[in-house]
Amino acid sequence: MSALRARVIELYKQLYYMGKEYPAGAEWFHPRLKKAFLKNKDVSDPKEIEALIGRGQFVIKEIEALYMLRKYRSLKKSYYEEPLPLAEANLVKKINANAP
Amino acid sequence: MSLRVLVGVKRVVDYAVKVRVRPDHKWVVTDGVKHSMNPFDEIAVEEAVRLKEKKIVSEIVAVSCGPPQSQETLRTALAMGADKAIHVEVPAKDAELLSPIHVAGIIAKIAKDEKIDLVILGKQAIDDDSNQTGQMVAGLLNWPQATFASEIVQADGGLKVTREIDGGLEVIQVKLPAVITTDLRLNQPRYATLPNIMKAKKKPIDKKSPADLGVDTKPRLEVVSVDEPPVRQAGAKVANVEELVQKLKEAGRI
Repeated sequence: MSALRARVIELYKQLYYMGKEYPAGAEWFHPRLKKAFLKNKDVSDPKEIEALIGRGQFVIKEIEALYMLRKYRSLKKSYYEEPLPLAEANLVKKINANAP
Repeated sequence: MSLRVLVGVKRVVDYAVKVRVRPDHKWVVTDGVKHSMNPFDEIAVEEAVRLKEKKIVSEIVAVSCGPPQSQETLRTALAMGADKAIHVEVPAKDAELLSPIHVAGIIAKIAKDEKIDLVILGKQAIDDDSNQTGQMVAGLLNWPQATFASEIVQADGGLKVTREIDGGLEVIQVKLPAVITTDLRLNQPRYATLPNIMKAKKKPIDKKSPADLGVDTKPRLEVVSVDEPPVRQAGAKVANVEELVQKLKEAGRI
């Protein structure tokens, strides 16, 4: 039981830490994080706790992916020329195909 | 192969921060602004760690030149998987005058002292956008360079590097020791997790000064002025074609 408790606390710390750079702000993220944990404070079935930790780990992966993508996109926007948007590119293709 | 790799990491204003020009027009506002590791350097660290996971690399040394806070950036590099770090401390006041030639001198000296086989650097920093340090390090050491790498594989006792060039890709074979600079598409850097950052606090950070390494950091360049890009002028709506033609005539366009 205490081993699970330690893992839940570790999960909370990790999410709290990641929330510091959340795009909507830590002030947005932290209260919601706390609420999500408090909502399940009475859960006592080890299997259920395990499942909830699993969900927490999934959220961590999602946030990591979000940060990575955000950084990648902003760098791409500032340093690389944007490729033509799909609709525009298709139009260009069509015009070229019809050209004599 | 068991290469010793040196990666350069720079502490820069975070990519998500809206930069403002400092009132004296010599640099941008850095006080009280969030800083983080230069994203291109993150890619360099990630590549070094991946090469280590493939057993091509035996040890990763991270180097940063900058103010005392650069240590945080080095901790991030250690948390991502670097083995040890060297902090070349430059007071904050002088750090903004540090130019690529100085940093290249420092990195080249450390590369020799530490018996480094491969130097991996970000192609440029997102604050001054110089895109010079890697090339200068290669020049100073007289090592081959593979800039703007988007893929690195081991081949024929050296490395086969795919480079991003205008309008396509170029594949080159480099002998070791060599200098590589990273482009955006080389890899997706991992996130430095909290437990890893805690563990990184136990890894060693060596502190040095440019004088210890025999590098003169006297500024060779003078910043004349730093300015915001010009603001786009507001447009106007016209009611009909006559008005449009008249306005264009007034503006001298037709």
